[in-house]
Amino acid sequence: MTQNPVKLADEVVIDRDDLQQILDVLESDGYQTIGPVIREGVMVYGELKTVFDLPVGWTDEQGPGSYRLKKSDTPTLFGYVVGAQSWKKYLYPSVSRLWRSEREGNGFSVIEEKDQFPAYAFFGARSCEISAISIQDRVFNNDKYSDYNYNEIRRKSFIVAVNCTKPAGTCFCASMDTGPKAFAGFDIALTELLTNKRHFFIAEAGSDRGASVLSRVTFRPVTKDDKALALGVHQAALRQMVRRLNTSNLAAIFSDHFDHPQWEKVSGRCLTCGNCTMVCPTCFCHTIEDKTALDGLYAERWRKWDSCFTKDFSYIHGGSIRASEKSRYRQWLTHKLVTWVEQFGTLGCVGCGRCITWCPVGIDITEEASVIMQAPDGVSPSI
Amino acid sequence: MKALIKDIMAPAVCVIQKFRKETQDTFTLELSPPEEGFSFSPGQFNMLYMYGIGEVPISISGDPADTGRIIHTIRAYGAVTSRMMTLKKQEMIGVRGPFGTHWPIEDLVGRDILLVAGGIGIAPLRPVLFHILSNRTRYGKVLLLYGERTPGDLIFRNQIESWRGRFDLELEVTVDSAREGWRGNVGVVTTLMPRIVLDPSNTAAMLCGPEIMMHYTIQELTKKGLRDDQIYISMERNMRCGIGLCGHCQLGPTFVCKDGPVFLLSKVRHLFRKREL
Ligand code: SF4
Ligand code: SF4
Ligand code: FES
Repeated sequence: MTQNPVKLADEVVIDRDDLQQILDVLESDGYQTIGPVIREGVMVYGELKTVFDLPVGWTDEQGPGSYRLKKSDTPTLFGYVVGAQSWKKYLYPSVSRLWRSEREGNGFSVIEEKDQFPAYAFFGARSCEISAISIQDRVFNNDKYSDYNYNEIRRKSFIVAVNCTKPAGTCFCASMDTGPKAFAGFDIALTELLTNKRHFFIAEAGSDRGASVLSRVTFRPVTKDDKALALGVHQAALRQMVRRLNTSNLAAIFSDHFDHPQWEKVSGRCLTCGNCTMVCPTCFCHTIEDKTALDGLYAERWRKWDSCFTKDFSYIHGGSIRASEKSRYRQWLTHKLVTWVEQFGTLGCVGCGRCITWCPVGIDITEEASVIMQAPDGVSPSI
Repeated sequence: MKALIKDIMAPAVCVIQKFRKETQDTFTLELSPPEEGFSFSPGQFNMLYMYGIGEVPISISGDPADTGRIIHTIRAYGAVTSRMMTLKKQEMIGVRGPFGTHWPIEDLVGRDILLVAGGIGIAPLRPVLFHILSNRTRYGKVLLLYGERTPGDLIFRNQIESWRGRFDLELEVTVDSAREGWRGNVGVVTTLMPRIVLDPSNTAAMLCGPEIMMHYTIQELTKKGLRDDQIYISMERNMRCGIGLCGHCQLGPTFVCKDGPVFLLSKVRHLFRKREL
């Protein structure tokens, strides 16, 4: 190749037909590439071998409690946003074995898992999702402990971001300062551009690794016109985002409105199914399960995603601390929007909208928060 | 260096050197420490794993200066602790820890110390007493109030008897209910309050027991002039990991396993006794 190497922060243009080369280079670098694919009518994250595995020409329609994929009339590769799954499925699997143990005489031995972690390339991560990953980076590296598995997978992973050009009805990343355009935490960021004549990507190198990958694919320099086109697309995405969350006084939800009547109201609708916690890319709670073989000679310990919506979650002898549904919804929302800040120095919500889309009854965190931030009817504001 | 959870989630296998039944439902395990050794600060806990059954957080009740053994005093409440009660000498148990914050005994040198224990809450306070009694001249007046359900439920009976004989330790025991033959006080721990004399300017109090008991004790201490920044409490929540990762033990913004179990009351006043938090 005769082209100059790409350097950190450089932007280059890659034609639609050359995009496959990124996948090829990633593969030759030893990455297992994961990206959006369609399985049984829904968009999930799965193994991506070629650009044709992407949901080419598909778009999505999302609203509270509703998700629909549909064919669009444009051959875009990234014309949809996030689905129910997030990259957390790879960085922090929903179930994982921590160790095995064998009975030996009076005692037992503990055999730690010696996992081989694959190097993943996450192809098509949205800006809000990258923010979610950076939030989980803090969770799994708290002030005292680090999670080995998470950090091993994370350290090796490569991120190809895609800037959103068409937010869904449930997105509110702009309110959370997490998108729609990726601003950090990626190795490569792509903006998909489609005009009457051309279909191409502007690729930005976010790291040296990303620059190295880009250096090995066919590209051409980015022009002023390309940049102007991209800017227009980014601004349009921002304008299209209708949902908002006012983050200016969230602390009051906990400090002043802990007994707000809205908690009771929303709990009348909430099924405490925990869907919102499962789809949320930042939710990290898990349980530890010990299992034994029937003969008692073999035992295992597993870690599994858990949800604060279950009654068992807060159980201590004598009963659950959060026995009422209301208290469990309140725990979830206040954790995301208030107490998370004290714990990790960041909000626990990135505005991806998944909890709104995938809630079977369409409960909307932005609406609930805005009602609860207001003083209840007939009560003078305490703030 | 931060400990890696990969190692921290795998328990060390420890041999039970002594099993002592304290009362009908309470027992003490003396374990030999793992090869790497073991040391802790009063108020910290371990996650104890009963092979194939499960794991529970249990405070350490031994002497922090004695690194030759790990001592736990356990009240059988649930499935795991009930099974632990059937353990025997020479059997083994999994140990992860020590975890959590501790009673700040080093910062309290020169102060009068009030310990208030409710039920099994005596267990995490006993290491404080061990420490103070071995360093007796470094502390002022020391007072222990211990409330139990019935005289038969009193833990560490012999030790309490011997402590009673000391002139440098004031000790009051009360039970919620008693049959004839009990000559001590009957009533909840707060009923002992009127008879104790505290120097509010120099006392630090450490409370461990049911929240409701700590709640009423705090009220009494407030009446006696103690401020919230002179009172330490030990909290209990559902715990699965012990290291601030599983989320189960959250009390508002705190992780009780990592930011607690011992808290300075003034730091958590807004969270304490908040219903269904
Ligand atoms: S709380 Fe809802 S909108 Fe926020 S990050 Fe989680 S799933 Fe997305
Ligand atoms: S808010 Fe919706 S998704 Fe979450 S637990 Fe309630 S019903 Fe389920
Ligand atoms: S016990 Fe897991 S976070 Fe505290």
